[in-house]
Amino acid sequence: MMRYVLGRLGGVILILLAVCLFTYLIFFKLSPDPAVMICGKTCTPERIDSIRDVLGLNQPLLTQFWDFLSGIFVGRDYGSVHCSAPCLGYSFQTNESVWSMITARLPVSITVAVGAAVLWLLVGVIGGLVSAVKQGTWWDRSAMGLALGGVSVPNYVLALVLQYVLVVKLQLLPFPSAVPFADDPLLWLESYLMPWVVLAVGYACLYARLTRSNVIDTLAENYYRTARAKGLSGALIMRRHALRPALTPITTIFGMDFAGLLGGALITETVFGLNGIGKMAADSIAKNDQPVIMAVTLLAAFFVVIGNVVVDLLYTALDPRVRVVSS
Amino acid sequence: MTTSPALVEVEEAVPSSAPPTSGRRILTAVTRDKGALACLVFLAIVVLMAVAAPLITNLSGWGPYQFDSAAINSDLGGVPHGSLGGISGSHWFGVEPQNGRDLFARIVYGARVSITISLSATLLTGILGVVLGMLAGFYRGWVDQVISRLMDFLMAFPALIFMIAILSSLPSGNRPVLLVVVISAFGWPYLARVIRGQTMTLANREFVEAARASGAKDSQVVFREILPNLRGSIVVMTTLAIPGYIGTEAGLSFLGVGVSPPTASWGQMISSSVSWYSVDPMFFAIPGLFLFLTVLSLTVLGDKIRTLIDQGEAA
Repeated sequence: MMRYVLGRLGGVILILLAVCLFTYLIFFKLSPDPAVMICGKTCTPERIDSIRDVLGLNQPLLTQFWDFLSGIFVGRDYGSVHCSAPCLGYSFQTNESVWSMITARLPVSITVAVGAAVLWLLVGVIGGLVSAVKQGTWWDRSAMGLALGGVSVPNYVLALVLQYVLVVKLQLLPFPSAVPFADDPLLWLESYLMPWVVLAVGYACLYARLTRSNVIDTLAENYYRTARAKGLSGALIMRRHALRPALTPITTIFGMDFAGLLGGALITETVFGLNGIGKMAADSIAKNDQPVIMAVTLLAAFFVVIGNVVVDLLYTALDPRVRVVSS
Repeated sequence: MTTSPALVEVEEAVPSSAPPTSGRRILTAVTRDKGALACLVFLAIVVLMAVAAPLITNLSGWGPYQFDSAAINSDLGGVPHGSLGGISGSHWFGVEPQNGRDLFARIVYGARVSITISLSATLLTGILGVVLGMLAGFYRGWVDQVISRLMDFLMAFPALIFMIAILSSLPSGNRPVLLVVVISAFGWPYLARVIRGQTMTLANREFVEAARASGAKDSQVVFREILPNLRGSIVVMTTLAIPGYIGTEAGLSFLGVGVSPPTASWGQMISSSVSWYSVDPMFFAIPGLFLFLTVLSLTVLGDKIRTLIDQGEAA
């Protein structure tokens, strides 16, 4: 088991390094010269040269990459500007270290992701479960029809429709803003409600369909029939023999989806003007602020890769059939 | 069913006996299901719009880039005249606020962009996914290692952020081609993963061993024994991928890195309607509805086909 975990962690480090290198090459080689971007309109060749020097752009590529990597662990200096320990770069457009930009916005993204996740898990899993048990009834058919519709709405379309109906026409909700919970809990709830719903709808529908088909498959398994034949009570069979195997695959997918959202819900945050990681990414892309774009890409990849490992470890704990045989 | 005698004749004319997952069986089943048939009809209309866009706009009278300053109220900041976003006899879906471009024409030309890009991306991902997935599953060993690590790597990427970043930093060039390449580059691992797994299982089956024992070469085994058995998965995965790619294209255009204006795309139309949605809701409702219905139709159809193929395999 220990060997397996260590092996996986090694794989994680390799993948993250590859993502780092690839992002670095794309952003710093394909896109316009960062020195020219920073220098702005009133620019002299000497100034460009000195900026290049400060950023280390005159160094060979590998040296630059090494500086970037070591900056993450020990910090680095850009001329007179110091960027301390987890240094993912420095944005010369906002004059801030990228790390502090990220930590300032992470709470908003986490709030959006966690709220939506709770919503879609509840609605999706319970909806799918009820559909599976009442298979073939009008409830099942309408729920699954609705789920197909929900999967098909692009979230920015849903966001605009909700905003038009709930905010502009009916004036039931305020326009979303990233209010901290401690300032005004009610306004906080009202603000995040629409983003949560918009983000959750697609996932909820997907999870409902998955849960339904997994539970139906499980109900046809031999061990389920055995359990019934033994005369166990309905609730116990449902919990121990049907739900556990049916929901294990959902855990896997949930881990991946949730990890993907921690790197920022780009479209939802942008449409609702919530200042999280996703909106920061969109803004930085518009301004071509490369250090920020790169850091967000890395952060998001980091979450996905870690999520992947956590899910695999969890899976072995949840599903006795796939436990690694220690040889 | 009135057509069954004709069908029986055709079946008999092909003695090789069509496999249970034949296209014909699926087509008849789809046309018998009302919901699926409605989806098929709607998709046919969208495809027709895409193919015959110039003809249709000739009939409707307005091109996608023509400004109609008579249709908008310049005193009110360019809001369309009349209710419902300026829907009238000459502008069937109304006009864009501010410059008065005909929404019907832009929807029709937008269909062209959506369909072309999503179908090309599907084709490219299909080829990449099937070829690489089969290579990995068939040869295993280091080939599998290389391809699998590449897939892990690509799937670890935050695809949307990365697509936006690449598209915004690359020179504009030929946007549609760039979109197709970028979408496919991040899309193929999802198909390849499934194909790889199935190829691995198939390669161990008796009929493959039998083919090998009778002296078939690798290429014969791959094309005659394995590929035909993957057909069901390929059809299902690709049909269900198309709506995803339509959504991705629209999303990228919505975020401003897709097709560049003045070319119309549904996503880009929705994007430009954002600042108008409170005064002119029709401007976003129309492209939003078309996008939703197209994605919905494809999803419903894909789902139906999957059920049919699963039933065929179980039979």
